[in-house]
Amino acid sequence: MADTDEPEKKRRRVVELTEKMVVDGGSRDGGEWDGRWNHINTFLERPGPFTHPDFEPSTESLQFLLDTCKILVIGAGGLGCELLKDLALSGFRHIHVVDMDTIDVSNLNRQFLFRLKDVGRPKADIAADFINGRIPGCNVVPHFKKIQDFDESFYRQFHIIVCGLDSIIARRWMNGMLLSLLVYEDGVLDPSSIIPLIDGGTEGFKGNARVIFPGMTACIDCTLELYPPQINFPMCTIASMPRLPEHCVEYVRMLLWPKEKPFGDGVGLDADDPEHIQWVYQKSQERAAEFSITGVTYRLTQGVVKRIIPAVASTNAVIAAACATEVFKIASSAYIPLNNYMVFNDVDGLYTYTFEAERKENCSSCSQVPQDLHFSPSAKLQEVLDYLTENASLQMKSPAITATLEGKNKTLYLQTVTSIEQRTRPNLSKSLKELGLLDGQELAVADVTTPQTLLFKLSFTS
Amino acid sequence: MAATKSAKEQKYDRQLRLWGDHGQEELENAHVCLINSTASGTEILKNLVLPGIGAFTIVDGHKVSGEDVGNNFFLNNNSIGRNRAQAATELLQELNTDVSGNFVEESPDKLLDNDPEFFHRFTLVIGVQLPESTCLRLGSVLWNANVPFLVCRTYGLVGYMRLVVKEHTVIESHPDNALEDLRLDQPFAELKSHIQSYDLEGMGKKDHGHTPWIIIVAKYLEKWFSEHNFQLPKNYKEKEAFKQLIRQGILKNEKGTPEVEENFEEAIKNVNTALNPTKISSGVDDLFNGEQCNDITSQTPAFWVMTRAVREFVQNDGGGNLPVRGSIPDMIADSEKFINLQNVYREKAMQDASVVSKHVESLLQSVGKPSESISEQDIKLFCKNAAFLRVVRCRSLAEEYSVETVNKDAITCSMDGADGEMVLYLMLRSVDRFYQQHSRYPGVYNYQVEEDISKLKLCVNSLLQEYGLNVSVKDDYIHEFCRYGAAEPHTVASFLGGSAAQEAIKLITRQFVPFNNTFVYNAMSQTTATFQL
Repeated sequence: MADTDEPEKKRRRVVELTEKMVVDGGSRDGGEWDGRWNHINTFLERPGPFTHPDFEPSTESLQFLLDTCKILVIGAGGLGCELLKDLALSGFRHIHVVDMDTIDVSNLNRQFLFRLKDVGRPKADIAADFINGRIPGCNVVPHFKKIQDFDESFYRQFHIIVCGLDSIIARRWMNGMLLSLLVYEDGVLDPSSIIPLIDGGTEGFKGNARVIFPGMTACIDCTLELYPPQINFPMCTIASMPRLPEHCVEYVRMLLWPKEKPFGDGVGLDADDPEHIQWVYQKSQERAAEFSITGVTYRLTQGVVKRIIPAVASTNAVIAAACATEVFKIASSAYIPLNNYMVFNDVDGLYTYTFEAERKENCSSCSQVPQDLHFSPSAKLQEVLDYLTENASLQMKSPAITATLEGKNKTLYLQTVTSIEQRTRPNLSKSLKELGLLDGQELAVADVTTPQTLLFKLSFTS
Repeated sequence: MAATKSAKEQKYDRQLRLWGDHGQEELENAHVCLINSTASGTEILKNLVLPGIGAFTIVDGHKVSGEDVGNNFFLNNNSIGRNRAQAATELLQELNTDVSGNFVEESPDKLLDNDPEFFHRFTLVIGVQLPESTCLRLGSVLWNANVPFLVCRTYGLVGYMRLVVKEHTVIESHPDNALEDLRLDQPFAELKSHIQSYDLEGMGKKDHGHTPWIIIVAKYLEKWFSEHNFQLPKNYKEKEAFKQLIRQGILKNEKGTPEVEENFEEAIKNVNTALNPTKISSGVDDLFNGEQCNDITSQTPAFWVMTRAVREFVQNDGGGNLPVRGSIPDMIADSEKFINLQNVYREKAMQDASVVSKHVESLLQSVGKPSESISEQDIKLFCKNAAFLRVVRCRSLAEEYSVETVNKDAITCSMDGADGEMVLYLMLRSVDRFYQQHSRYPGVYNYQVEEDISKLKLCVNSLLQEYGLNVSVKDDYIHEFCRYGAAEPHTVASFLGGSAAQEAIKLITRQFVPFNNTFVYNAMSQTTATFQL
């Protein structure tokens, strides 16, 4: 080949390559191809009779979704996988996903971003990889972490947050976090400090999707009564009067295991260890036989120990889709968002019920109303603790109570650190007066259900 | 006994807890046909492939376009230009190696022309984004072949499903809030004598506080009967008085204050439902009076043979009642008392089931079929669910679309709330009309939107006129449906995908109850409605 030919050949090669890139869609800047966003453009570029009052048709809205809008997805499980797919195919490219779990075989019937080879790996990582590989240009950033590992500076960067959680505690924490980001100036809420929260939940064939504008619409705690507390079997039933196969399993889990320590001292029951479950299953069968109870199966045993909630792909698809539609509506102002709660059930036909959940005037989380605690000065601290955990609107899990006494911050009771629990336990049987608490005193309560400390005002009853 | 679960059992664990191993077996024996692997189609299939459907076949003559890839998780840009059925099958197959994925690169119209019997092999046919003419042709073929047909479409922010099945019987409907079958108003002999074995007054304190509430209510009911001419407490006042009667039975300590007896509290709490007279629901009664139940032949499906057998039982052996269900709720009681009481109900249920079994046997004999054709297990399951049997019968598409048989009432009544889902149904029918006339949907290109509004309005009016529907459709909806440009946004397709897949699973597993027969989803308001058209 003559030297003089080289530059021409090189130029031709470059031209070919560029042409090829155009046809194939290229990959460097997201691989666009003709018509890619046709199915959502009509909603962004065209005026319509049902659009949000703020909506302005424009060819730039798509760019906002693609380049600027930042969405946080909490959970990469049944709902999370669906949410990531839905958002990616709706034009969202800057998506973060947080999930502290690793993949289990039993996830594979619905968490479609995972395969058998992924078992044991972090859900967030695998989910992000799959979406990024399947949807060119999408940039899902995974976080193999708990939501509590992040602070306001992390959450503040997102335009919208969508939750696909399986825990009420986590939901309440998220709720509290977004409420803590709100900025009030002279008692007026600054709208730019509001991050909308879309929350989805499913259980078997039932599910719900809701839209929360923190500080403006009903928050998770405003409607806490919609989530009734989990009922556990009474101890006397488990200990001496079993009637159902479930009672037998609970007996083995709660009473026999700590007594027999079948896998060694200090080895707790690992619900994910098949050997542990096998032991529980055998012992449960023995217990059941003692009382002529039938029905203990391996499946039942595992269900009780792991508190398994049945789940299918279809319900998760429906609820996640509804949530993602709301994300799209809010991000694009294309339509008025769901106001504000949808319930779904497809056991008998398909049933939905859509209603506006109301804010609670004295909500412990989102109202600015200080919470009162009414107790007699002779009431024991234990009573206050019981109230915090049992009251339907509070439903705290392990509240830590502190108060300012004689100018110093004193921990009255704290459960989550063993040494402090032991030290403060005697306070539970002391009366409020004995502890030096005064009428009108402020008590600060911290709990896993909220990232912020809640302040209560103590009012003595006579 | 092997305690290690198979890989499949582990994978499907969460859904096995909903429809059981037998439901899963039905699913794995099913072969579903999907027509058109657009986003709605692939989302439906995804939700069938993940739970382990036996096989699927995609029928689609289209080539993958750029816009197809944009909203479809199971197409990628490498497949642009390839046949859509094949491309989608690859990525759907990859979801679950248990499933057998197949494709036919052909339009459904061609298949209907050349080989309509192609569709006879399927457990269920799901038609997605079908033009009206194809839909009706296919509907007719499948109706005559008795193959269930599920029509689905996503049109802008509207989702639509239509179920077409002649008759679908459900034994395990799994009702959410089923009343217990305790027979307290008319205790059977064994229950009576078991109740008699208790002497509440003569019991020790521990036994008294651990006697099942069913026994307590029964005992006090006996007292009440003797004082009220054998009439159940009927109204609120009488029920309150009855509850008081029970409350007085709570043991008192030496000071005369009542002890804490939770079982008595349970009894009082359950009075309202426990005293409901045992009777057969109108739904089940209708089944007993139906044609299929009356005319048993050798072709009669097992469901109807068993229904007839239960009817025989009700009339001859059950004193007008269904076979005893055999289950009781958990209640405060010591183990022995509870288990003994439970066994009384269980044994009666077994007895009743075996009487029903005899009826099944003689019915089968009378039409020359072996008694093994219906298993003991099936009969037991049937008896346990006798109060919850359901039958779904859908009208054909021909009936829905014919001017003579259109369900005018359903349409006009639902149009009372002019912004409900029915107007969306009428708009879908109208855009179909537009497609028939113009060979395209309205507003696909920006420049078409304005001019198509008046054209679409003509279609709406001609539709309403043809069917004699005295309703009005707001211009806003006509505008909105032009605006949609027949777009298929992924989130709406995905909502439909979940909904349709679950209905398909209900049809295949014969558990839970399918909708009847038209379902509309409005993603703007996040509301839905079901109509029987």
